[in-house]
Amino acid sequence: MISRPLVVQRVVWLVLAVLTLFTLAILIFILAFISARGARVITPEFLFSLPERMGKEGGILPTLIATIYIAVVAIVVATPFGVGTAVYLTEYTRESALTRIIRFGADALAGVPSIIFGLFGFILFVIRLKMGWSILAGGLTLAVMILPTIIRTSEEAIRAIPYQLREVSYSLGGTRSQTIMRVVLPNALPGILTGVILGLGRSVAETAAVIFTAGSSLRIPRTILDPGRTMAVHFYILAREGLSMERAYGTAFLLIVVILLINTVAYLLMFRLTRRLK
Amino acid sequence: MPEKISARGLNVAVHGSPVLRDISLSVMANEILAIIGPAHSGKTTFLRCINRLIENQPGFVRTGELLLDNRDVRQWDIDTLRRRVGMIFATPIPLPGTIFDNVAYGPRLKGVRNMRRLAEIVEKSLRAAFLWDEVKDRLFSSALRLSGGQQQRLCIARTLAVEPEVVMMDEPCSGLDPISTAQIEQAMRELKQSYTFILVTNNVKQAARVSDRTAFFLSGELVELGPTAQIFTAPRDKRTDDYVSGRIG
Repeated sequence: MISRPLVVQRVVWLVLAVLTLFTLAILIFILAFISARGARVITPEFLFSLPERMGKEGGILPTLIATIYIAVVAIVVATPFGVGTAVYLTEYTRESALTRIIRFGADALAGVPSIIFGLFGFILFVIRLKMGWSILAGGLTLAVMILPTIIRTSEEAIRAIPYQLREVSYSLGGTRSQTIMRVVLPNALPGILTGVILGLGRSVAETAAVIFTAGSSLRIPRTILDPGRTMAVHFYILAREGLSMERAYGTAFLLIVVILLINTVAYLLMFRLTRRLK
Repeated sequence: MPEKISARGLNVAVHGSPVLRDISLSVMANEILAIIGPAHSGKTTFLRCINRLIENQPGFVRTGELLLDNRDVRQWDIDTLRRRVGMIFATPIPLPGTIFDNVAYGPRLKGVRNMRRLAEIVEKSLRAAFLWDEVKDRLFSSALRLSGGQQQRLCIARTLAVEPEVVMMDEPCSGLDPISTAQIEQAMRELKQSYTFILVTNNVKQAARVSDRTAFFLSGELVELGPTAQIFTAPRDKRTDDYVSGRIG
């Protein structure tokens, strides 16, 4: 006879294993589905030439450039604001009504659907601030959208730094800003980077927020004020207008590869950083 | 010998409950003053009042005088004060980074950038803390890989690198083995020539071994202060006698 606790343990193990496998299976199915249809479309020509006939033929070079361009603008704008807010919340204030309001605001912002951000960006940046459909308007809209993610992950990372490390710095004559710059931020860097990477991933994958703000021009954007079409938007238009499902899957496949690449590079970077600190 | 630190009628309360009551004592230059007493007797709070780390704690109120070189610690520029009064914590807390970075942390805060100058300071401080010979070949490896005793001596070197006048030690050997403890005590005896030490300890034997004078704190009050030999052989107060002979605390 097997004892009762052992039976319970085995049943629980089985349930958890099935749940995990199921989750993995969905993920693998999506990846395999898109790879099977998209991978064969990818050729050097597809990557590095201009689209023709609205994307029915030709390549996707402009969308690749616009995607990177917009994501970089979003990250460059959102990171200082996000990290700055996190430092303020953790190092410069005590818990109060104000910090709770800021935190609640950030959480609420994180739950807003991206199309609302798109509408907001369209009204504020495109119309009101007269940026027009542009990389800048799209990047700024995405920056606002990913701000809460960066704030909250940075805040958690900074909070995780033991208070004693700060005390060591103070006890050696360090000012608060020196302590933040030399002890707190360097040690919180891996956590902060995680938030930035999450934000970057969301920027690259976003459709609704950029279609309203960056437009859907298929020309290669040169300055920050040119409009552009990101890969995600390109995929949406190709699929929705029935222009070319083949090319839509090719774009989707590339999008996934780009996101995987960003994540891998970022984690390698983080690994090197943390190893240096340990 | 001149008075280095003096407390006169020092009272401290946190959120309304008193932690230190009417403490009056002086620390002479170049002595080792041990502060002994059971847990929650206010020993650590006393140290944290001197370098004003306690001010980061909400709800803290201080009255009375607490002087460094005849000037209230509150009148000193806080960063200058903390450079003059170094502190070693109960658990060794190396900053993540190399051994070199740890010792050079304080000097770098002051703006020392020159690598040769920094290297000189690092060597001098590590020698003073009796750690140089053990780490001279791996200054640029992680400080977190040192043993506990080595980490605590690294913390001492890091404090010495900012050239303080007073070194406060808050139970510096609480987590260390007897050999590491002996090494730290030896370092203190050697360094006494150039520094003033305040040693908070739960280990009465350690106080007896290294200190010149000993103060006994109990429930936030200074019960007795005298030459160490007298405190341990002929205490005036019964409570001191009970504590040093192990009957309470």
